[in-house]
Amino acid sequence: MDFQYLFELLCGGIVKGSIYALIALGYTMVYGIIQLINFAHGEVYMIGAFVAFIVAGVMTLSGYSGLTVLLLAAVVAVIYSAAYGYTLEKIAYRPLRNAPRLSPLISAIGASIFLMNYVQLAQTPDFLPFPELVPEFEFMAPIERYLSSADLVILIVTTLTMAALTVLIKYTRIGKAMRATQQDLVMARLVGINVDRVISATFIIGSVLAAIAGVLIASRTGQINAAIGFVAGIKAFTAAVLGGIGNVPGAVLGGLVLGIAETLGAGYISSAYEDVFAFALLVLILILRPAGLLGKAVKQKV
Amino acid sequence: MQKTTLVKFLAALLVTALAVPALAADTIKLGVAGAHSGDLAAYGLPTKDAAEMVVAEINAKGGINGKKVELMIVDDQCKPEIATNVATKLVSEGVNIVIGHICSGATKAAIGIYKGAKIIAISPSATNPPLTKSGEYANFYRTIAADDDQALLAAAFATDTLKAKKIAILHDKGDYGKGFADFAKAAIEQGGKAKVVMYEGIQPGAMDYSAVIQKLRNEGADLLIFGGYHPEASKLLSLMNKKKIKVPFIGPDGLKGDGFLKIAGKDAEGVYATGPKDVSKLPLNTKAHADYKAKYGKEPGTFFDQAMAATVAALNAVKVAGGTDYDALTRALKTSLVDTTIGKIKFDAKGDAEGVGFSVYQVKNGAFVEVK
Repeated sequence: MDFQYLFELLCGGIVKGSIYALIALGYTMVYGIIQLINFAHGEVYMIGAFVAFIVAGVMTLSGYSGLTVLLLAAVVAVIYSAAYGYTLEKIAYRPLRNAPRLSPLISAIGASIFLMNYVQLAQTPDFLPFPELVPEFEFMAPIERYLSSADLVILIVTTLTMAALTVLIKYTRIGKAMRATQQDLVMARLVGINVDRVISATFIIGSVLAAIAGVLIASRTGQINAAIGFVAGIKAFTAAVLGGIGNVPGAVLGGLVLGIAETLGAGYISSAYEDVFAFALLVLILILRPAGLLGKAVKQKV
Repeated sequence: MQKTTLVKFLAALLVTALAVPALAADTIKLGVAGAHSGDLAAYGLPTKDAAEMVVAEINAKGGINGKKVELMIVDDQCKPEIATNVATKLVSEGVNIVIGHICSGATKAAIGIYKGAKIIAISPSATNPPLTKSGEYANFYRTIAADDDQALLAAAFATDTLKAKKIAILHDKGDYGKGFADFAKAAIEQGGKAKVVMYEGIQPGAMDYSAVIQKLRNEGADLLIFGGYHPEASKLLSLMNKKKIKVPFIGPDGLKGDGFLKIAGKDAEGVYATGPKDVSKLPLNTKAHADYKAKYGKEPGTFFDQAMAATVAALNAVKVAGGTDYDALTRALKTSLVDTTIGKIKFDAKGDAEGVGFSVYQVKNGAFVEVK
């Protein structure tokens, strides 16, 4: 067995998986609190990439370069996407809060299609070249085989983001309120938690993560278009379900498992069947553990 | 007894009566068959225009060997069942040589009828490979490259010019990309000069192709042939550059455009792509386009150049052969070099026009340059 090749694939899988995880967190947090699958989440990711593209373009013209551009583009993208996430919830989901569960789901699909077409019309349906914002670090040269500089930045940023998210959920006031709302929305309201604000915060946090993922992956693949949110969204949603939807560590684990499974499948068998491995794994895990890897089976109260 | 003789006599008379006008006709009957109505008319009408222009010019100069050229224009709507009807009609009306048909399906249906009647057909647009390469239809010629030609060119370029030994082939699983990849793979394996170490489809639109790139390095490939379009190609190139994998990259004409150059940016540098030969600078081509514009007030449509060439080649063959005898025409088409809108052409043993079709281009300083 060729361990070097295996290790190369594993590294690739972890990078891919951590991007999936970053997007999956947005799905899982929203689901955890209002049991809604926010199908427009992939589009928020795409909008993040587009905003970063525009900011990076302007800044590159003004003579800045490298990591400064990346940082500022990411910050603007994050703010923009957060605003989109917040507005999306206000317009598309809040009026349907007490409607049957299918209604907000349809609304989510509608929002997804709307945003994709909006960007297509307002910007362009073509592919756009995204600048390579991560410079090549010299110290990465010896291990470039396994991790490129862009991969390293992705790993660092995702790890930091996830750590920050954990701290936020575990130790802050809003985090505590989020956990309370997740447990019981009505009860949380009764004890004086402003549930609407918590839900808005959840959407904002999810959108921030999606925007970060959008900027990272766009600067790695070097291109964006209005449809990239769809594929990313489907994969991240799969990762969220795999890990147990509604469960935050589950989304991270699900993303990593999915990324590694796809990479190993493509590396050892055939990349033509990459998606087949991803979804076959999903089916298998859901048969064995219907609630996902870390999900807890919900007891139906009668 | 008497009755039978009479019937025989009458029949003989009838046959002679039918045959005589055809034999005695002092025109050269040039059939033009293709879609002139229906969904695909846009592919057929430019050919009709081209034939009309060439014939008008030749007739104005007194025709060929003293005979005027008469056009017999028939519409097959690119439908095989109509193509057989119009082919039968052309044959029964004594056509000498046919320009057409336009679509490969219709051509396939009609070509057998011409073969039985020993009539030559030259298509400006039917690209289905077996039409010529199966060797089944000796009466079929075309002035356009076959579908597999660019893959064959890419394969030959990889093994002969770039001397690659271990070739990786990737495709996007679509008809266009996989078709190109399949033909290239078959050609490389048949050539025996290099090994195909990897042959795989990739998921179009996926976020990441690292695994497949890692595999490419692991297999020790020294060249990559990719069948597909520019978004996937530039994504592959970008990731290959990040992983410092520098192997020559050859793509089909789907890459040879500004879209690829724009998206791939500096990653595009050095990439090879096959693409149609540029014929727009040929003097005859420029003149034909100018004449067309003067007459119709717009640019000519699809396959116009090829149709001009087919008509000119057909009539040149009639001139060289000194008539419309099948064997003499065949000889003339295969030996007599004729200057056309797509360059100086003659036909090879199987009926494909030599020197027509594709070239290899390489990106140099942000632009595609023909590799000589």
